Amino acid sequence: MDLSIVVPYLGLLASGFGYTVFCWLAGALGAMALGLPIALLRMSPVRWLRIPAVLYIEAIRGTPLLLIAFLIYGGGPAFGLLLEPLPAGILALALHASAYFAEIYRVGFNAVPRGHVEAAASLGMSPVATFLRVQLPEALVAVTPSMVNALVVLSKETSILSIISVPDLTYEVQKMGIETFASFESLFALAIGYWALVSVISTLGAAFERRVTFHIHAARSQ
Amino acid sequence: MTVYVSLLGVLVGVPIGILVLITGTLGTAGRLFTKIYVSYFRGVPLLVQLLVLFNFLPWIKFDISATAAAVTALGLITAAYVSEILRGTLHSIPPGQSEAAAALGYGPRATWQYILLPQVIRLSIPALFNELTLLLKSSSLISVVGIAELTRVSQNIVATTFRPVEIYLVAAGIYIVMSQILLTAGRLLERHWARR
Repeated sequence: MDLSIVVPYLGLLASGFGYTVFCWLAGALGAMALGLPIALLRMSPVRWLRIPAVLYIEAIRGTPLLLIAFLIYGGGPAFGLLLEPLPAGILALALHASAYFAEIYRVGFNAVPRGHVEAAASLGMSPVATFLRVQLPEALVAVTPSMVNALVVLSKETSILSIISVPDLTYEVQKMGIETFASFESLFALAIGYWALVSVISTLGAAFERRVTFHIHAARSQ
Repeated sequence: MTVYVSLLGVLVGVPIGILVLITGTLGTAGRLFTKIYVSYFRGVPLLVQLLVLFNFLPWIKFDISATAAAVTALGLITAAYVSEILRGTLHSIPPGQSEAAAALGYGPRATWQYILLPQVIRLSIPALFNELTLLLKSSSLISVVGIAELTRVSQNIVATTFRPVEIYLVAAGIYIVMSQILLTAGRLLERHWARR
């Protein structure tokens, strides 16, 4: 065991960690933004809007992220989508997670009591105002636990992007392992690193969850 | 190969998951073991775990085939998720049942075997099938270590035909059909047991 071999790689490891966090955040933002309209289409009363959304969700949820990444990165040029590994990876991550987020949003909207929507209408709020000020905030609070969970899962899935040569933490550590002939040690350290990262994210998520749903628990305990 | 590896992963994962669950009820040391086991396997990306295991076995001079190593990795990870699913269900079984079993002279083993496990497994079926579809998709990652499963085979075909879009779309279609079959089977089983 000679830890000094790690020193020349510290810069690369830091940059890999940066890429991992960046892919995670960018993928999550993309998925959240994309998931909302898909959820709305999925719940639309118009059948021709609903069916494509259902097909999209089922297709994405049935396909491994790795295959989506290959399809965009390897297959993209065939239909004029020539992307570098990083944007291709983030796009794949966002598409993949958007299906899961869409389902989470849908559960949230279903959890908003009808009476709240009717009350907003009777107070003279327009449908847009009702959506933005009643349905959306209530739905978001209701799904905070599932959302936090999905975000934690997503942070682990970023490691898959290393396969299409996004220089994230997994990619850099693999390279380091090959160059130093200490593959097992490097990868084991990587596993511990992800474990720590995921634990930190889960703890922060749980704290956020308690904060957002505080009023619900407070009301219940009275 | 995808089907083979996924099925073996389940066959390895479910019994280990049950063992991990039961260990968690055996005193402080057992609880700590289960906690660390579940937290590690759920906290580390599958890809990283596969790579760790593939480098760990040669490191301790233990030589098994790539497929066996992949099945081991998938099984250990599935076990962690299965034990969490079962633990969630276990909470829904009234503690009075274990107490009644103890009062009737059932030992801990008999209580698990005849009272708790049959109910827990039956109630967990929908969640377990959901986990199975996740496992099916996770198995695409073992292509990275060179096992010729669906994803790897499509990559190889792409390398010779240069038609990535068509090949990967077909592969995606196969995955989608397989997960829909699994989900439908889970729903049917759930309905079958709900009727009794």
